[in-house]
Amino acid sequence: MKPNATVAGWLSVLCAGLGQWYNRQYAKAVMFLIIHVAGIYLALGPLLPQLKGLVTLGVKGQHFEKVGKINKLVPGDHSVFMMIYGVLAALVVVLFVLSYILNIRDAVVVGRRLEQGRYRDAASSSAFPWLLLAIPFLGVLFFTIMPIVFTSLIAFTNYASPNHIPPKNLVDWVGFATFDKLFNMNVWSSTFTGVLTWTIIWAILATVTCYFGGILVALLINQKGIKFKGFWRMLFIIPYAIPQFVSLLIMRNILNDKFGPLNSYFRAFGLNGLPWLNDPFWAKVSVIVVNMWIGIPVTMVLVMGILTTIPNDLYEAADVDGASPWMKFRNITMPYVLFATAPILITQFVGNINNFNVIYLLTGGAPATMKYNNAGETDLLVTWLYKLTLDFNQYNIAAAVAILIFLFIATFAIILFRRTRSFKEEDMIQ
Amino acid sequence: MKPKIFFSYLLLGTIGVVALYPALWTILSSFRVGNSLFSDHFIPVEWTLDHYRDLFRARSTRQIPYANWYWNTLKVATFSMIIGTLIQLLTAYAFSRFRFKGRKQMLMMVLVLGMFPGFLSIMAVFIILNTLGLLDNTWALVLVYSAGAALGMFVAKGFFDTIPRSLEEAARMDGAGHMTIFIRIILPLSRPIITYISLTTFAGAWVDFIFARAILRTPENWTLAVGLWNLVDSYNSTEFTLFAAGCVLVAIPITALFMYTQRFLVDGLTAGASKG
Repeated sequence: MKPNATVAGWLSVLCAGLGQWYNRQYAKAVMFLIIHVAGIYLALGPLLPQLKGLVTLGVKGQHFEKVGKINKLVPGDHSVFMMIYGVLAALVVVLFVLSYILNIRDAVVVGRRLEQGRYRDAASSSAFPWLLLAIPFLGVLFFTIMPIVFTSLIAFTNYASPNHIPPKNLVDWVGFATFDKLFNMNVWSSTFTGVLTWTIIWAILATVTCYFGGILVALLINQKGIKFKGFWRMLFIIPYAIPQFVSLLIMRNILNDKFGPLNSYFRAFGLNGLPWLNDPFWAKVSVIVVNMWIGIPVTMVLVMGILTTIPNDLYEAADVDGASPWMKFRNITMPYVLFATAPILITQFVGNINNFNVIYLLTGGAPATMKYNNAGETDLLVTWLYKLTLDFNQYNIAAAVAILIFLFIATFAIILFRRTRSFKEEDMIQ
Repeated sequence: MKPKIFFSYLLLGTIGVVALYPALWTILSSFRVGNSLFSDHFIPVEWTLDHYRDLFRARSTRQIPYANWYWNTLKVATFSMIIGTLIQLLTAYAFSRFRFKGRKQMLMMVLVLGMFPGFLSIMAVFIILNTLGLLDNTWALVLVYSAGAALGMFVAKGFFDTIPRSLEEAARMDGAGHMTIFIRIILPLSRPIITYISLTTFAGAWVDFIFARAILRTPENWTLAVGLWNLVDSYNSTEFTLFAAGCVLVAIPITALFMYTQRFLVDGLTAGASKG
């Protein structure tokens, strides 16, 4: 019998493993067949109710039922658990479909190799990296990817307090209604746009202040004639080395406008002091300044590293041409530093959009305001989301906000990825 | 001294004071008699060690099981460090040394997911842990921190990429397998990066507040971050000196560790930066 790739392919479409059998790869054939049978059995058997549950999200809520003479509270369907099990079931089904496709592809590829009279198996030690990646992959699958899928799904339901919290009530699919609410319903949309605007302003200011602050400090230390460079660097790294939650909680006390030391120094000079964390404007100033205190050391360390890599002859040539210090800074130092730190600048910007700690631990989003729904004046999108989830049980709105943040971050990540030198050129090093 | 240099020293000194002030103020406050936030003197008039002793003494009027918090944090951070570092190194090794199908796509995925802050999907993690019966359990934190560890593998991958392949090829000639090469050749050469990763994962777990606050419910199970936050939030400024003492005990070991190993950190930061 002359081997034929098409036949092998179609046989595998008919039933997984048949094509491999035809190609005379018996062990592989049995393996695919077992997976195939198990898949069909699971999908039609135990997984089917779960998948149905994912579609309906439960039909019967918690309710009273007459048992004998008394009314008894009967537990109903728990929509959220049904959703989780449904997502898990769907994941399993997807894995089976993938193995089915893999089975067809494998039959065709091996068949084609046989047609051309080549050796049956491509020499493969390629399983080893997959062995290394198996456990990390499972971890990421269950604690990163699945939560993301799950969160995205919640955005399309009405899972929110007070009327749709299981097990008391059911949750239903509502399509884009949550997003509609977020963008068009006044109480939500004004909060969303307000918080979004502040998030962007904050991210830009926080990134720029820390970045240029760090460059300035690094240049200051690196000047000719400054002694004990190591000592200064060590001194300025301290704010970075203290755990953030400690320094932020301490800052919160320092800035306390009644008892904090900062205002007592103001009073010692006969001044009134400022409502650091209680006034919308000053609270915003406070978080940016405190963030500089924490963030400048990182940039400083980076820039000091880069400064040592700038070739000295550039400066010598500039000296020969009679350049002023400012010209040297503008035409040699700055382009060098900018070029080397551009990717960091983007990561820091994205990091600041999600800078949960500084806001939550310092102000907790305060001062509170009537303008916003469940958010304060200094709340970022992420802290608002955290509060919506943990304190107010507005899961669907929180999920919608999470999706928007994710889309934004993914865009940045992809841009960054395409530009990263190491990715483009990584194979050139070796 | 030239005026420019003098001015620079003045500026450096000022920044130094600003950098150090909060830490000094907290340390001094922790030795002050009384418990209020307010004080007329920067340096305490009367010194006491009572607040440090108080941290470890049970009182019926309040729930501050500081020793528990410390132990929990230490446990979570240590285990997360061991598991997380191992996972990162293995993942980085796989991506750096092997060329397999779907590798570029997976790298892209790691980068995108790595930039995605885990806590955005906190409610899903919360529900998953709930179905596993792991809520209010410190091991749940270890699980969450380790599960995402692979996403931070770029620094290690960048480092592995720079180790010359000829070393491995020589070993392979001598009949070494993949795992032997990893353990006998790659790991010994990677001391600086292993130190960097262990340190950062340890510190990351030591200071995390977001997941800890969401997952841990009862005061005995809290970590230091949640406990101290709660101390500030609920006792406001009435237990301030106690809080200061608590902060000193948390911050000093980890700050000392950071300062001691700062060379590795600086190297790691710059290595990560130039490699993206």
